[in-house]
Amino acid sequence: MSARNAVGVEKVVTGLNAARAAVAAVVDPELRVLTIDDLGILRDVAVEPETGRVTVTITPTYTGCPAMDVIRADIRAALAAVGHPDAEVRTVYAPAWSTDWISEPGRAKLAAAGIAPPGPASRPAGPVALSLSVRCPRCGTADTEQISRFGSTACKALWRCRACREPFDHLRAL
Amino acid sequence: MNTSVDSAAGTTGTPAGTTVPHLLALGDDALIAAQRLGEWVSAAPELEEDVALANIALDQLGAARLLLTYAGELEGAGRDEDTLAYLRGDRDFRNCLLVELPNGDFAVTIAKLLFLAAYQLPLYTALRDCADERLAAIAGKACKEVAYHLDHARLWTVRLGDGTAESHRRMQAAVEEVWPYTHELFTPDPTAPVDPAGLRAEFLATVEPVLAAATLDRPADGWAPDGGRAGRHTEHLSYLLAEMQVVHRAHPGASW
Repeated sequence: MSARNAVGVEKVVTGLNAARAAVAAVVDPELRVLTIDDLGILRDVAVEPETGRVTVTITPTYTGCPAMDVIRADIRAALAAVGHPDAEVRTVYAPAWSTDWISEPGRAKLAAAGIAPPGPASRPAGPVALSLSVRCPRCGTADTEQISRFGSTACKALWRCRACREPFDHLRAL
Repeated sequence: MNTSVDSAAGTTGTPAGTTVPHLLALGDDALIAAQRLGEWVSAAPELEEDVALANIALDQLGAARLLLTYAGELEGAGRDEDTLAYLRGDRDFRNCLLVELPNGDFAVTIAKLLFLAAYQLPLYTALRDCADERLAAIAGKACKEVAYHLDHARLWTVRLGDGTAESHRRMQAAVEEVWPYTHELFTPDPTAPVDPAGLRAEFLATVEPVLAAATLDRPADGWAPDGGRAGRHTEHLSYLLAEMQVVHRAHPGASW
């Protein structure tokens, strides 16, 4: 931004809100029904008062998540569209993302899209792996079975409903 | 690649005692494990397992990228993750022998995965609390992922060990074949952020009940091959690297 001295507090706040809204609306490329804000991977949006430069902080769901490059590019494009062509996207790893950070609206959107949302991420300690049942996002029954512990993306498993017989994705608690 | 984590990098080591060889040991374990698991893609016993092993490989590769990037920055010689992965010879790799062993049959792959995850879980869990914030952050992500790998390997070990006579025979043979290579994982290194020697008790406390539940005999301790951390590898690593590095070496700097 050129008029650096003319930027008042009010303008910074307005700019921050616009930038924040633009970034929060970026859609996750692998869970197209969720925004990165719904998913909880958007950690911070900051605007430097002097220059108006935007810095966005995100965190990956999984360390090897192949969608991160696309997400960074989409954030930069969204900010360029609202007048911030030189935004910086930082990636942090701590605190580690948890499925507990997925918002309530995000969970509702997942279920509406046929993806069973995750349960609480805290794992019961013990020598035997314990898996709790998952409700079918279509008919709501808990009479379901796991078909595959891994699914179409790093964050999902494949399940099947014994009542309506529909297979469905389940976002694993992490 | 553009991973920007705030770091306290120096040329020899961090204030917390992390050194380049430590990071290479961690990163190379993850990288070579990922490359081996990737060999199963399109060749696993069932489609679901194809997806599972590829996803575990992806987790390992994700950790490897962060660790090697950090190692390169700490070294300060301008080597990035790609340079470290694709342009080192076998003598410069610091991975344990366990991860470079061939996949063998599916039972051998599961035995390797069980032992690796049972080692990496307490290792990353302890590193999560180490004084090096950048390494602690990487470990904090990785330990959550490795816990799932361990569950996966447990389930298969029990299913195969306590399955048919043939699956039991193969799983027992696999455990015996791979067991000697687990000793190297716990070679004492008092200078490391977490001394691996202190992890063996937890490793055994994880593995022995799984073997028992799978009706498998826990092999006796004896022959303990090592040398991976010092760059002395089995012949298998050279072949793995040849395949992993050939495109990068043939077309330096190429991108798509």
